[in-house]
Amino acid sequence: MAFAAGVDVGSTQTKAVIINDQEEIVGRSLIDTGANVVTAAENAFELAMADADVTDQDIESVIGTGYGRYQINFGHDQVTEISCHARGAVRMFPGTRTVLDMGGQDTKAISVAPAGDILDFCMNDKCAAGTGRFLGAASTALDIPLGELGPTALKARKSVRISTTCTVFAESEILSWLGRGQKIEDILLGVHESIASRSLGLLRRVGIEREVTFSGGVAKNIGMVRTLEAKLGLPLNVSDESHYMGALGASLFGLDRLRAGYQPARPRLREEAS
Amino acid sequence: MTGTTEILGRGHREGSVLFKNWFDGLSGAAERSEPSAYVFVMGSFVEVLRCFDLPVVFPEINSLQMAVRHVAHEYLNEAEDFGYSPDICGYVKADVAVQLRGGEHPAGRIPTPTLAVLTNACNTYIKWAEIWERLHGTRVFTLDVPGNRQAGPPSRPGSQDFETDRRYVEGQIRELIGTCEDVTGKRFDVDRLRQVLADCNTVSRSWKRIIELNRSRPAVFNSLTDGTVFLGVANGLRGTPEAARYFEDLVEELELKAEQGIGTRTEETYRLTFVGVPCYPIFRRFNELFTDWGGVFVNSTYLWFASGGTHLGFEYDLERPLASLAEGVLLSVRDAMDAMFQSNRVIGNMIEEFEIDGVVYHPIKSCRTVSTGLADSRRALIEKHDVPTLFMESDMMDKRVVSEAQLKNRADAFFEGLAARRLREARPQ
Repeated sequence: MAFAAGVDVGSTQTKAVIINDQEEIVGRSLIDTGANVVTAAENAFELAMADADVTDQDIESVIGTGYGRYQINFGHDQVTEISCHARGAVRMFPGTRTVLDMGGQDTKAISVAPAGDILDFCMNDKCAAGTGRFLGAASTALDIPLGELGPTALKARKSVRISTTCTVFAESEILSWLGRGQKIEDILLGVHESIASRSLGLLRRVGIEREVTFSGGVAKNIGMVRTLEAKLGLPLNVSDESHYMGALGASLFGLDRLRAGYQPARPRLREEAS
Repeated sequence: MTGTTEILGRGHREGSVLFKNWFDGLSGAAERSEPSAYVFVMGSFVEVLRCFDLPVVFPEINSLQMAVRHVAHEYLNEAEDFGYSPDICGYVKADVAVQLRGGEHPAGRIPTPTLAVLTNACNTYIKWAEIWERLHGTRVFTLDVPGNRQAGPPSRPGSQDFETDRRYVEGQIRELIGTCEDVTGKRFDVDRLRQVLADCNTVSRSWKRIIELNRSRPAVFNSLTDGTVFLGVANGLRGTPEAARYFEDLVEELELKAEQGIGTRTEETYRLTFVGVPCYPIFRRFNELFTDWGGVFVNSTYLWFASGGTHLGFEYDLERPLASLAEGVLLSVRDAMDAMFQSNRVIGNMIEEFEIDGVVYHPIKSCRTVSTGLADSRRALIEKHDVPTLFMESDMMDKRVVSEAQLKNRADAFFEGLAARRLREARPQ
């Protein structure tokens, strides 16, 4: 059986996915990227292979994606995470025509064709406002684990308006609202709404067409899903594999190459240069 | 007879010599404390200024030169230390630092402005000239060019509206002549004006032809990189016999390339149009983000508005020089303004004419004049034309807001989309 892998080296986390020739995910891994991008890619790939119970020799195609894609030294090719998220989203939800991918430092709105290729896209520019990093700032300021932010926000009775768009200043604004006696859940709802508003702006620029699939690490946050759905006025497709959507898309591009007969040799994992 | 080898690449070789000579001339004028005129690319009025032998300084070109030479940050920081906000036009701030340094510029020494001549094509021009007025007591002449601020075709020669506007501009040109006489102590000579206009006509005619020549496949020049070199000569030396000769030679070179199928790239995979101002802090690298994928910029709105509308190819009637100058200024400067605000109309026409595969919009943080309407313009374009577009923001001067990794990511995704589209279109229906 042929296997293909996708390795998504993101700014915050690195994800790897291995699929079989039926396009089924057979292995996956997720680790923090840390300071060494090369090691992160290698480690994530090894963990995914262990999860799939396959070896490096079994993987016939490896595609890198994410900001660290050019640092992956054991792959065949690189594809942007924009194309990969689009492709992964259409694989998971074939009716997808719009993708919102929210990661650690990037939020992308992507308009996709039925086959999964990009028609248009739009991203946050230069600063991390409206991305997962904004939630990270809230988590630090309120001393609440990231995983609890969403459920806590959903307990709010009203939202506190967060006016800053600067992720760094967000912490001081949150603290100032705490000092003025606002409830944590109300502040958190405000944080989620602030991010959702910026995402909505990106989505409108590419055009919002049903179905909309929400991908990336922040899609695991139920508070973010509900806030976005309320603002959009329509349900979002959210997969359990949302975190792996980019890596999945990359592995599908790898499988395409295999099917097209493009199968050059690739450097093996941790292979010493001769 | 000039051989092919000598002709090819001549535009670049001679362009650099002319450019260097121009800056050397400015340095000489600065050393001798001679009067100079500061002008802008959208309505420079070199036609009048050359009649008084006033060396012309283009502060916009001085500033972009600092970015291309990777020293802009030093000048920007200096202006910001002086109190200018990071959000203010980078060209202005770099120039302020040049003025504070007594004209010190990486390409030479820039003379102090005796006279500043500007139009309302960019609102920053007006505030910029006020800075020189305060710093040096510069005499400022602002020429109001009535522009279009509504959709639809502009008024054309022959119509009552156009004639009213033309007379208004001509009256102001006559005032400018009086100001120049006052500043230099020289009398205006209409025959000298005719001579300058004739040289300008050669540049305009050639500029139009050069842009048209890029309909060739492969494109004979890259409008972003080569085009900017040509643009420097078109602005800085316009109205001189040197510029006239240079552009006649350039037409010959590019016609030869077109005839022989010599492209700016050996492999031209995608033909692109560029909308906005180049990313000067990483000028070459920015272009490579596209050429690495086989993309070539075959046209650019920059070649329209930053040439002050010269692309129209308007030629002055030497029998009625002042009336015709007013007509040309009105048509060209108005078109330069429209190239920023209503570019979608012309780009739409170009898609077929130049066989465009994609349009790249490059809004820049520190120039509202160019960038404000780009999102609307892009939307208007894609509503009417099925053409892929890329919207990527950076700056023309300030490297602090240029993220190369982010720009590359967007460019890569754009080309992945173009490749997928090409595959999709190639599939049997």
